[in-house]
Amino acid sequence: MVALVLVGHSPALLRALREMVGQAAPAVRVATAGGTLVGGLGTSAPGIRDALRAGLAAAGGDGIVVLLDLGSAAMALEIALEELDRAERAFVVVSEGPLVEGAVRAAVEAAGGASREAVRAAADAERTAPKLPPDWLAGGAA
Amino acid sequence: MTDELVERWLRLAAARVAAERERLTDLDAAIGDGDHGINLDRGFRELLRRLDAGACPVEPPALALDGAGRALIGTVGGASGALYGRGLQRAGAVLAALDGGGQVVPGEPGGARTARPSREERTAAAFAAAVAAITALGRAAPGQKTMLDALVPARDALGAAVAAGAPLAVACASAAAAAEAGALATIPLLATKGRASYLGERSIGHLDPGAASSALLVRALADAAAG
Repeated sequence: MVALVLVGHSPALLRALREMVGQAAPAVRVATAGGTLVGGLGTSAPGIRDALRAGLAAAGGDGIVVLLDLGSAAMALEIALEELDRAERAFVVVSEGPLVEGAVRAAVEAAGGASREAVRAAADAERTAPKLPPDWLAGGAA
Repeated sequence: MTDELVERWLRLAAARVAAERERLTDLDAAIGDGDHGINLDRGFRELLRRLDAGACPVEPPALALDGAGRALIGTVGGASGALYGRGLQRAGAVLAALDGGGQVVPGEPGGARTARPSREERTAAAFAAAVAAITALGRAAPGQKTMLDALVPARDALGAAVAAGAPLAVACASAAAAAEAGALATIPLLATKGRASYLGERSIGHLDPGAASSALLVRALADAAAG
């Protein structure tokens, strides 16, 4: 089964997100890399690299889908990916999806046995998936 | 970036970052997330700890730069750690390549080698490699209100001074002056990269914290080179 790796700035945010994901799809393995190596807000390439490896180990040959939050997360992830072996990188895909919605959506997809590309596509789709009722979007409410 | 210069620069940079921690953080609070000085100081403190503990080599310079980059990447936490850290690592990689000696001249009996690049040339090459790495990782260009607005003029000034035959201390002083002018020139710019870009027009009128820390680091290099 495809595993998820969640990358973000806040350890607390990622702990909570892991709980949400676990509720939606208990069977899916989730590795997180949140905060700096000393536990503050921020991202850390070595921490991300370790989470990628943990996710790969948990996923067997099915690989991992990575979701991330803002700013430096992408740069730190880029450095972490460069530190993986080429053979490891082949089992990693990264989603453009929003971290919270994308992770929950990806977990449900992974639990259903989807490939990592299908899981990524589902998480990516959350970028544009409406979360407000259509009549709100029409300019009526809130 | 040779011999003892790298270690002297890294230690001086750490001291300057610590001294300017509040100013850098205040600059970032105005247009970012208010942690630039705190983040950099945390990374440079860790670097000092590693240098003192022997966990980051002090020589050869190429390995010192690589170890310093590793320390910043692991502990700074913000984009600046990834960018500066990657820059230092690439500078180290270029020094390692140059320190491998000049290239073997094909067909020259006895494996004669081309002249080893001068201290000045090696420093300029390492600096340029750092700026190239930061540009690539950040997908940024000068004019976007980032550290590149200080670093690119500094790289150009350093390269020009070295090409004109200036000694290292003079060339680095020229780079520092260019970095400081470049940083000040970010004040009227509209930020289009990083967290400051969220502010749109409100980013205008503020000195970019990344450009400010870059100017500080290049000034530390100049002071280290001046002995």
